[in-house]
Amino acid sequence: MNILKSRETILGIAILVLLAIIASRFPAFIRPQNLANVFTDTSPLILLALGQMVVILTKCIDLSVAANLALCGMIAALMDGAGVPVPVIVLAVIALGAALGAVNGLLVWTLGIPSIVVTLGTMTIFRGTIFLLTDGAWINAHQMSDAFKALPRTLILGLPIMAWIAIAVIIAFAFLLSRTALGRAFYAVGGNPHAAVYTGISVGRTQFWAFVFAGALAGLTGYLWVARYAVAYVDIAGGFELDVVAACVIGGIAIAGGAGTVAGCVMGALFLGIIKNALPVVGISPFWQMAISGSAILIAIAFNARSNRAPGRIILKQAEHRS
Amino acid sequence: MQADTKKPVLSLRGIVKTFPGVRALDGVQLDLYPGQVTALIGENGAGKSTIVKTLTGIYQPDEGQIFVDGAETRFPTAQAAGQAGVTAIHQETVLFDELTVAENIFIGHAPKGRFGLIDRKAMKARAREILNSIDADLDPGVKLADLGIASKHLVAIARALSIDARVVIMDEPTAALSHKEIAELYELVEKLKAQGKAILFISHKFDEIFRIADRWTVFRDGQFVGEGMMDGTTEADLVRLMVGRSVDQIYPKRPAQIGAPVLTVSGYSHPTEFEDITFTLHQGEILGFYGLVGAGRSEVMQALFGITQPSKGATRIGDDVRVLRSTSQAVDAGIVYVPEDRGRQGVVKGLPIFENVTLPSLSQTSRNGFLKLANEFALARDYTQRLDLRAASLDQDVGLLSGGNQQKVVIAKWLATKPRVIILDEPTKGIDIGSKAAVHDFMSELAAEGLAVIMVSSEIPEVLGMADRVIVMREGRIAAEFAGDQMTPENLVRAAVGIEGATA
Repeated sequence: MNILKSRETILGIAILVLLAIIASRFPAFIRPQNLANVFTDTSPLILLALGQMVVILTKCIDLSVAANLALCGMIAALMDGAGVPVPVIVLAVIALGAALGAVNGLLVWTLGIPSIVVTLGTMTIFRGTIFLLTDGAWINAHQMSDAFKALPRTLILGLPIMAWIAIAVIIAFAFLLSRTALGRAFYAVGGNPHAAVYTGISVGRTQFWAFVFAGALAGLTGYLWVARYAVAYVDIAGGFELDVVAACVIGGIAIAGGAGTVAGCVMGALFLGIIKNALPVVGISPFWQMAISGSAILIAIAFNARSNRAPGRIILKQAEHRS
Repeated sequence: MQADTKKPVLSLRGIVKTFPGVRALDGVQLDLYPGQVTALIGENGAGKSTIVKTLTGIYQPDEGQIFVDGAETRFPTAQAAGQAGVTAIHQETVLFDELTVAENIFIGHAPKGRFGLIDRKAMKARAREILNSIDADLDPGVKLADLGIASKHLVAIARALSIDARVVIMDEPTAALSHKEIAELYELVEKLKAQGKAILFISHKFDEIFRIADRWTVFRDGQFVGEGMMDGTTEADLVRLMVGRSVDQIYPKRPAQIGAPVLTVSGYSHPTEFEDITFTLHQGEILGFYGLVGAGRSEVMQALFGITQPSKGATRIGDDVRVLRSTSQAVDAGIVYVPEDRGRQGVVKGLPIFENVTLPSLSQTSRNGFLKLANEFALARDYTQRLDLRAASLDQDVGLLSGGNQQKVVIAKWLATKPRVIILDEPTKGIDIGSKAAVHDFMSELAAEGLAVIMVSSEIPEVLGMADRVIVMREGRIAAEFAGDQMTPENLVRAAVGIEGATA
């Protein structure tokens, strides 16, 4: 527990150091309004990373989240074109995203196929479906209704709704993981699947629900993404699933499952979001961004590997206890 | 070739090997003679596998000497043991499925040709030669994955011969073989004997030992208790040596008020693991399940707990006749199982103690679907205190606890679900004496409170000390049931190893 807490503290410090370095070259970056913009900009990453986190907690991975996002976003744009009211669209894409996640979950649960294979397959299927729906055509801003485009940008207390949604989901997930039986099951299944079975917890069902959560969040984010950027096409958020996994890894979510916190996950996403937003303003080539995110991932994994090497220390502690 | 059968080729003297909390080998000796089969006999935990690991260089003894041809030596690595001519054929033979027979035989010491490359032709020819010498009709070019277990044994033996082994250790070699394959194995052993190999034959089956061995050595609780020639030795002599001790530990067994039947199992069968398991468990009773490792006891318990499905049979719990299809159904029906492998199947390391305890009871501790941490802590505190758990705080990672305390956490977890039947699988295996006594004490207390307890145990003193009744299993079936005066170490062992007349 202390290790986990200190891991989040270290990540928090790393973010502050990062901000300090950026501020030394470009002080305006840390003005509250700009930080709020960075947060808003990072909201899609935070939303998907939270969904990915519960999947990774159960020893799975969901590579289809970005394709799910793109498909749901396209459906949202098509529904808007058909004149469907925005609240209905939002509910519909959440349901659709959850259903797509459920497909992943069912394949993993009932057929026992490794999740990386399942989601690699569904990722391609989802993208292909977008192409079938649109023949590869784009839906542009002028084809979207104003209400559709306005919702994520509407300000409440100075923050856009998109940011408020991210905050609400962060709180909901913190609650889900720490205060519900399902949340506890995510940790138990990932921490020791054998013991979970022997405790009466169904590993497959728990993983299924993790995929449903990840899918629902991807569906919601699909609408937000398309509405905010006011464009929908086959390849939106292409490769974004890797950023999502990276955010989780940097945030200390153990890739082997069973360990990680909402706070770490959010900070992991923010870390990437800050780098992405800061590099252009401080005049560093965006190509550096990839190198920097890559290094951050390796450092985070090396760090996690080191803290997982605790068993040696544990034995000593027991010896202490015994004597 | 007739080797001198008077002088041992390999001798162990005064071997001591300790593990934290256990003295696995306590000054044992063992002699292996060329051209002779020595049977190593002992109960579970007598130190048989430890001695195999010592002989093959996997474990280093803390004290004692190893002599090869009378000269003292050491086996610091598995390679060193191999070079000295000691090789082991394990229960689950360690070979490579994706390589061919010839490659398996020669892996690590393949004949080299020019440029240091493997001479495949020579390798195949040598392999065929060796296989012929043991009358094994195998194609050296075939992949191991395509062979059955018996053929894999042949490959393992051929491998042993290819490195000029002088000592061949066979650890339960017949465990997975059919009758015909066993007969072929016996012939093979005879051939190895004729070639002057010294054979250490480890088996639980008395008929095998009497069929094949020339000499015997008995271990008990890590100590050497005797050796001799098979000629003139009776089964009764060996059983006496194996168990030869009184139940001297004091067990806190209280007189139980045995009540109405709680659980009736009738005709439970499984295609490969067990057959026709029928018994009744009563309120307040501790029912012991004794048997050798691999007799199918844990498999029966896992089926009762819904982890695996029986192919036939039903359970009756109270007035309800059903087959439990999942562990959560079993928990709902009031049956809980404390598994043998605590680390793997019991606790979730990384989660704090209290979360481990409340994991199956979360519906009890939550309100409107939300967990109440205060309730969880209270529940965890109640049950861990009853079990006298030693921990700094309930918030501590369960992985930091000792084995005994982890066991207490698992038991507390199940008691918190208020079960009617608790199954304890080797409840005190590998835990320290203090925790052992606490677990025994608690078991009696539970039975006295009217809980029905099934205790699977391989320790005779524990079974005799704690159980009201004992069911002995052998090879997946119930071999015998004992109660009262019939519960003697001799009766249990005779039934477990399958000596005729044991059910008297």
